[in-house]
Amino acid sequence: MTDILQVQGIHTFIGQFHILEGVSVSVPKGSITVLLGRNGAGKTTTLKSIMGMTPPSKGTITFEGQSLVGKRSYTIASRGIGYVPEHRAIFKDLSVAENLQIAERKSGDLERKSDLIFELFPDLKRLYHLSGGSLSGGQQQMLAIARALVPDNRLLLIDEPSEGLAPVIIEHLMNAIRQLAAHTSILLVEQNFRMASKLADRYVMIDNGQSPISGLMADLVKDEALVQRYLGVAKQGAQPQ
Amino acid sequence: MTSTIRRSSTVAIAVIFCGLLLFTFVRSGGNLGNFGITVLSGLFQGMLLFLVASGLSIIFGLMDILNLAQGTYFMLGAYVAYDIQHAGGVVDLTQTIPNPNVRFPLALIGAVLVGGVLGVVLERGLLRRLYSRPVFQLVLTFGVALVLTEAIKAIWTTTPYSWTEVFGLRTQTFELFGQAFSVYRLFIIGMGFLLIIGIALLLRRTRIGIIIRAGVEDSTMVEALGINVRAVFTLVFTLGCAVAALGGAVAAPFLGASSSLADAFLLQAVAVVVLGGMGSYEGSAVGSLMVGLAIAVAQDATIGTSLSVLPSITPMLVLILILLLRPSGLFGSTR
Repeated sequence: MTDILQVQGIHTFIGQFHILEGVSVSVPKGSITVLLGRNGAGKTTTLKSIMGMTPPSKGTITFEGQSLVGKRSYTIASRGIGYVPEHRAIFKDLSVAENLQIAERKSGDLERKSDLIFELFPDLKRLYHLSGGSLSGGQQQMLAIARALVPDNRLLLIDEPSEGLAPVIIEHLMNAIRQLAAHTSILLVEQNFRMASKLADRYVMIDNGQSPISGLMADLVKDEALVQRYLGVAKQGAQPQ
Repeated sequence: MTSTIRRSSTVAIAVIFCGLLLFTFVRSGGNLGNFGITVLSGLFQGMLLFLVASGLSIIFGLMDILNLAQGTYFMLGAYVAYDIQHAGGVVDLTQTIPNPNVRFPLALIGAVLVGGVLGVVLERGLLRRLYSRPVFQLVLTFGVALVLTEAIKAIWTTTPYSWTEVFGLRTQTFELFGQAFSVYRLFIIGMGFLLIIGIALLLRRTRIGIIIRAGVEDSTMVEALGINVRAVFTLVFTLGCAVAALGGAVAAPFLGASSSLADAFLLQAVAVVVLGGMGSYEGSAVGSLMVGLAIAVAQDATIGTSLSVLPSITPMLVLILILLLRPSGLFGSTR
């Protein structure tokens, strides 16, 4: 399987803090790859570095063979990368419809994708004319993912989709993300190891700004010692600390 | 929560407007003519303020830049319009287009173009380099205001100009309950309302409007959706400067053109933007009308008294009152 995204040894500073110290990530086409790691390990910064929001000072990032380093966020997004940030970043003063319309890159994008969006998230149809600020956390998360689906993105970067959501909503989101993998490649940041292990094909462990190990998720699930060492999770199925 | 805040703001706005109107009505002793003239005068002043404040507010909301040169663009608009309309200026059209009624729309268009072009120059040439340095932005826009003012003085001298050219709208009056009112003032009120509706439609019904409103909330996320936010910044800044210049041009037949226009309008417009809620377009529209009406009421109430300073400090008094009631302004968030 060819890699749609390759991140090689990136170093990123935020102010004077050296956050990423040589992170490497590869996302095979059509896969779900998850970034695992403790709080503050550098997972979110890795996604932001790919998006050009915290540009790396060293290292390479290539998407479909083209370099993304030094490009601005809007250029990177226009290449076909959708970003669903931590805390969703829904525009609260805009309606659900407007939150989706703004993501159009070509006229008619939303109309073309509305069947897929409403099949994955039927609630959004009912909420279409409400303001983003009036939605619950789970509904906002659905809207944030739906927004990234409007244009023809070939890679989605999704940051902590389950954060702060009720188990029943998490289950619904998991199903939606699983179905999405048929349409696009996904790089996911997820603290909930149970969710990550059920969804992802591959993992990359982020630890102290580095990426010491990566591989197949099925192998990681079997290696309890490794999970315990990097995530502090005693057993598969347990919640993260 | 948001709807509760909106409701309390609506109630406060209604109470203040009703209070001002009631006071005016009682003071006029039930004379509908005097009452009507005061209200129209308030609307007129409110609309002039809106022409400066709307650009200031949208620019601040989207770009987090308080453009201290906004008043200078207003003044520049007045000078350009005066120059185009009258003989003996930099551009003398009186021979080519002898009809003043035809020259006046050209004067407005000329002012808008000059304001817009200088807006692009300021944003792309200077401000763009300072997006991450808010204090420097303030100093820069203040500096640009000083430089533009000096350039205006160099071109048009320091002598204030009174509008002498007579044209159709300026000379006509109409009668309201026995009182004469200038048709030109009515024209400005109408134009102000058209602009309020036009900008509201732009913000609510067009894609660029959706992008601007989203950018006011989170411009980083807008960019991450594949939208070139800096191009939107340039557009908004240019529009803001062009609208301020238009304001100066339409005000010129009444206020003339002088170097004191910039400071007077900038201070009032900043008060309007703060009391309306920083970055809120609706706030700047409602705030402008509120302050305009309050100034007209103060002018009416202080005629023949020793309190002639009251109208000039009225914007600040309204600002203090609103901030005591709602520290984030009428439509402001707690950003």
